[in-house]
This record gives sequence, C-alpha cells and structure tokens, in this order.
Amino acid sequence: MFTIVSKKNIAPQEFDIWVEAPRIAKHTKAGQFVVIRIDECGERIPLTIADNDEKKGLIRLIFQVIGNTTAKMSTLEVGDSILDISGPLGTPSEIKNYGTVLMVGGGVGIAALYPIIKALKLAGNKVITILGGRTSDLVIMKEDCAEYSDELIITTDDGSEGMKGVVTGAMEMVVEKGEEIDHCWCIGPSIMMKYGAITAKKLNLPIFVSLNSLMIDGTGMCGCCRVTVDNKIRFACVDGPEFDGLKVDWDEFMSRLTQYKKEEKASMKKYETEVGEQPWH
Amino acid sequence: MALDFSKEKTPIKEQEPKVRSKNFEEVCLGYTVEEGILEAGRCIDCKTKPCVAGCPVAIDIPGFIKCIKNNDMPGAAAILDEYTNLPAVCGRVCPQETQCEELCTVGKIKGFEPVAIGKLERLVADWKYANTKKEVAKKSKKSDVKMGKVAVIGSGPAGLTVAGDLAKLGYEVKIYEALHAAGGVLTYGIPEFRLPMKIVEMEIGAMKDLGIDIECNVVVGKTITMQEIMQEFDACFIAVGAGTPLFQGITGTNLNGVYSASEYLTRINLMHGYKFPEYDTPVIKSKNVVVIGGGNVAMDAARCAKRLGAKNVTIVYRRTLKELPARIEEYHHAVEEDINFNWLTNPIEYVNDGKGQLCAVKCIKMELGEPDDSGRRRPVPIEGSEFTFDADCAIEAIGQASNKILLDTFPELKLNKWGNIEADPETGETSVPGIFAGGDIVTGAATVILAMGAGKGAAVAIDSYIKNRYKPK
Repeated sequence: MFTIVSKKNIAPQEFDIWVEAPRIAKHTKAGQFVVIRIDECGERIPLTIADNDEKKGLIRLIFQVIGNTTAKMSTLEVGDSILDISGPLGTPSEIKNYGTVLMVGGGVGIAALYPIIKALKLAGNKVITILGGRTSDLVIMKEDCAEYSDELIITTDDGSEGMKGVVTGAMEMVVEKGEEIDHCWCIGPSIMMKYGAITAKKLNLPIFVSLNSLMIDGTGMCGCCRVTVDNKIRFACVDGPEFDGLKVDWDEFMSRLTQYKKEEKASMKKYETEVGEQPWH
Repeated sequence: MALDFSKEKTPIKEQEPKVRSKNFEEVCLGYTVEEGILEAGRCIDCKTKPCVAGCPVAIDIPGFIKCIKNNDMPGAAAILDEYTNLPAVCGRVCPQETQCEELCTVGKIKGFEPVAIGKLERLVADWKYANTKKEVAKKSKKSDVKMGKVAVIGSGPAGLTVAGDLAKLGYEVKIYEALHAAGGVLTYGIPEFRLPMKIVEMEIGAMKDLGIDIECNVVVGKTITMQEIMQEFDACFIAVGAGTPLFQGITGTNLNGVYSASEYLTRINLMHGYKFPEYDTPVIKSKNVVVIGGGNVAMDAARCAKRLGAKNVTIVYRRTLKELPARIEEYHHAVEEDINFNWLTNPIEYVNDGKGQLCAVKCIKMELGEPDDSGRRRPVPIEGSEFTFDADCAIEAIGQASNKILLDTFPELKLNKWGNIEADPETGETSVPGIFAGGDIVTGAATVILAMGAGKGAAVAIDSYIKNRYKPK
C-alpha cells in the first residue's frame, strides 16, 4: 500500500506529500516520475518524484490541484493511501559535472527541477537557480532549492518578491553579468519552457526541458505522450521526459496538452457536484 | 458411414448487430448445455484426431467433446484443466478456424462445417465458473513444501500459462505486472464485447487459487531490477509482450485525434473510458473515424469507435480481403456492424484543420505487385490516385514492437534482428541460464494461444532446469 506519511499545503492549491513506496524510493534517480491512480475509477496521471528517502522507503510528490485526480488527491490525509503508484519511470537526467549550470523553474515544475538541482550540486556543479511565479506565494520550494544552489534568484510577475518580471529576464541578466553557463534546465508550464528555450537559443546555451505530456501507462505502451523532437516522433514517457529544448515542437506539444480539455472540465464539474464547495475555489 | 447430423455448426446466439453496435456487452451469447450436447454430437471421434495437432497447447479435444456429448460437464472441465489455464479466454479469442477447426475431420467432408470446437470449449469453461464452488478449486492447492521459486514477468497469456503450470507442479510462483491490473493484452487490449473483463478476472482468480501471487505496479527494470530478481528466484520467465505501438510516421501523426490502437483500446478497456465520466479516463467520441490496418486490433478499434457513437467508421487496408490477417469471424462481425472497408488503400497524410486537430485523412490507392518476404503480394501505390476522407479521428493499428524497458536494463540478454528476445522456440531458454522467455516478446505480435503454447513449453523446461540445478551431484 502506498500510504501517505506526511502532508503539507505549501501554496494555494499546492500540496507536498511523502508516500511509502520502498522499491521506488530505492531506485529513483533525478528526473524520473511515477504514474498514479487514485481509486478504482481513477485515471492514470504522471507526477514527478520531487525527492526520495531510500532509508525510510519514502518518495515525495508535489502536486497542484488542476483536475479531478489532483483534487481528490488533495483530500487525502496522513494515513490514507493512493491505490496505485508505478515507477520510477522515464529516463533519468544526465547528471555530470558540466561546470556551471543554470536551473530555471516555474509553478509546480519547480518540484521536478529540485531533484536535478540537488543531483547536479552533488556532482560538483556551480548551480545558479531561477525560480519564478505570478506572485510570491506561488514560488514553492525556495528553501529546498537554496540548499543546493550557489545562487538563487526569485522572479515574480507582480514584483511581490525578488525581481519583477519573468524567468527569461533573469536568464538574460545572469548571462549579462558575465556568468559562463555550460548547461541549462528549464522546467515549468509549457509556455515558460517554450520561452525559456527561445531565450537559451538567443543566449547560445544548451537547454534541457522536461515535458509533462498526457500519459496513460507511462511505459511506452500507448503513445499518448508522443511529441515531436528534432522532427522525430518520441515518447515522453520512455525517451523523455527530458529533451533538448531547442528541438521540441512547442506548438504541437501545447496543442496536444489541450486534447481533453472539455472532458477534463466535465470530470472536474462532476466531482465538485458530488463533494460540494471545496477549498481550492 | 451415414452422417446423421447437421452439415452446419449448431447455430449460436448473438446480440443483434443493430443492438450490439451501441453497447459494450458480449456479442456472442454462447451455447446452452443442450445446444452444446447437440454440437458435440457432430464430433465423430475419429481415430486420427487432427484437431489435437492443430492446437498449440494440444488439448484432448475429442476427449472433452465426448464428455459434453455424455452430458458430463465436470468431466469435460477436468480435461480442459489438464491442458489450459485459460479455457474461457481461448474459447472466445483463439483463431480456431486456422487451428483445430481447420483440421477437423468433419470439416473435410464436402459440404460440412467443422465441429464448433471453440464454442464448445467456451461452453465448458463458462459452465465451470458458473457451477464450481470455491472449495473445489482450492483442493488443487499444493502442500506448503515448495519445489522452488519462479518469477514471471508479465501477466498476459504466456505469463499466466507458465505460472499456472508451475504452480500445479508445486512451485512458488510470483508474477510481476507493470500495469495496475493483471491480464496483459486480455485486459488492456481485447474489448469487453469480445472478451468480457469478468471472464478474465475469473480465469485469473482461478490462478490465484492455485497459490500464485500477482503483484501489480511493478515495472521490472525500473521498480526492481533483473539482478534483484535473479538473486531472489531460482528461475525467471520473461513475458512482457509486444507493447510498443508502431506508427507509419506520416505527416500529421501527432495531431489531436490521431491515436495508436493501443492507446484507443487501453483508454476503453483497461481504463473503462467508455464509461466516462463514471470512470475518470476520457476517450474522444468522434463522428468520422478511419482505422488503418487489417488485423484483429484494427477490427476491435473500429467496432469500439462505432459503439462510442461514430457515424462513419472506415477501415483502410493496403491489401485485399484475401490477405486480411484478422479472424474472418471478426471481419464478419465488423461488416454486420456497418464498418466500411476500403481495400488497397493506404493513408499518406493526416490533414490539420489549422488548429492542431485532424480534419481529414489523405489516402492513396494501392495495387498488388510481386510477393514480398512474407510471401504476400506487396502493395504498391498507384500514382495520381490520392483522395481524402473527412475524419475527426484516425486510429493506426499497424502492429506493435517489443517494449524496451526491461531489455535496455538487461543487456546480457541476447536479442534477435527484430529486437525481440532470442529464445528456444520449444523451451524458451535464452542466452542467460535460468532466464526463459516466451510470447510476443520472442515472436513479435502474435496470438493469445501461441503465447500460451510458448508458456507450456517453458514451464516444462523451467521445471527440469530447477530439478537439475538442485540434483545432488
């Protein structure tokens, strides 16, 4: 059983849980994810493994309430369990000593960026991290990321914390300051990753992004998560989730994410009718 | 010899096409015991028993049919149990017309149809599940002293067969399944109207009664490694199937509305998407659906689309009816359900509506040229014959390749030129001692019964491997 052993509400509609999953905890590497199913009628959705504790047999999942499954998940408390967790899935991040790395995260994507920051720092890199959000409250895991970063820059759209503006501005600023960046990672909402990649190209920096495609099995069996990278069809679940950000067909990727928008709305509405008014409103 | 029985198979009841094309309930309703006895009377109990040779698991077909004839259903069930762990499945999805029934002596007589062996097998299996009490099933559970521990990777037909046979021999068997539900292709691939989920669950339940432990959500190579398995078990059988869908890769393949059949069927079968929103997984309901391919999977996808309310469902196949790999029964069912067939046709482009959604499938007409490696005449495009179908959904059912997750993490295992595991066709032995393999991961995408045949052979080989290993020297 995948029992929840701790739960924190870390931002409006965002939760941080540790779950018992000893085998997954033992084998997890930075950049990997799990596929979860919440109950017998549940869908299968991918979630990044934000951290793992091999000794205690725990994995850490951070999620934002954006649909039926994450809404249901947010109602689970310590002692409750998730019906199915499968993983660790996907190809791990390429961790090595690059020299100086620029790590850019936004929204709940910061949860996916954090284990890579940690692994890269432990591999000897100089780590410069930029975390962005609409407002200060929505920039999560600041302390976690700070622990493994040589420099941490926060950006907010409304200027409530750090630099006013978006992460791409901070990327340019870091380079203008004269930092020699050897590799970049950018993980966050698709539009942020798209512009992160455009900025990296402008700055002549190699960049990895992590694609949060729709998935079912997460093991390469269905092709639901397919993306076009370098003009080739790739499966985000097994060939990714990380790809060269300069080679991703972003418009197609974003279009595919909206494929079930109508159904997702209907599903959420049905759930809300069943449970009544919920705190995420 | 005077033949005092019907030339035709005893008719079997089916849901009316007009009714069934709107629901997901089983198409074929099966024989009653009385109808079964009548059909069993058509078996002449010939000496040569060619049907047995035609069965990949060599079931004593005349034996169980004789029991039915004598209204001895428990006897018939006992015979099936000796040979197959999945009789209710095989009775439904085996291509009997090219196996046991093709060779049936009665069918060789001019004007006579063969005995309906498949439908009789199904009758016995369904009777068993309806009439056997749990305690009876439990009796077959062996004593606590186990002869050895065997890991089986994958709970599809090959894995279940190996597991069942080894458990019956007294081994401790553990099956690891990557998905959240057991059954492999029986669960995620074959639709409810051809193979109801409850039938698969009953067969798997019977296997668990033999003491087999099935653990789901374990992706071997990721959740646990092959090295860990080899440390814990005496032998291992790899039966992870042919799980990776192939795409033609034509322009527009990643448009919204273009699916692999694997995804379409997984949404519907494994995830119960046809019951959305009661179940959370959606499947798009489309108006005009084009299915590409000519196998059983293509028929399944097309018939599912119809059941989800599509107005027009068209199968395009680059060869002709004569070369169609699907079972003829499935083809007939599809035709009855108003599925259109476009022979000698191949898609060349999925057309974008400008917003990332499929709006049409551009095709080209084909003609048959010289025979290719498979002996079938190779389809060649006819220049200038392009035309388009309006379509808001296209489903590619052109085959599956092996899933690489386990193979990539276990390079010791020798693969063949198709990227499948190289294994002895009789015993399933691989290049690594103690590791056996069978089913689609060895042969490439094939049938349920061939996978079961591979499982049978491997079970025997694993038993002798473990016995030899522990034999005092």
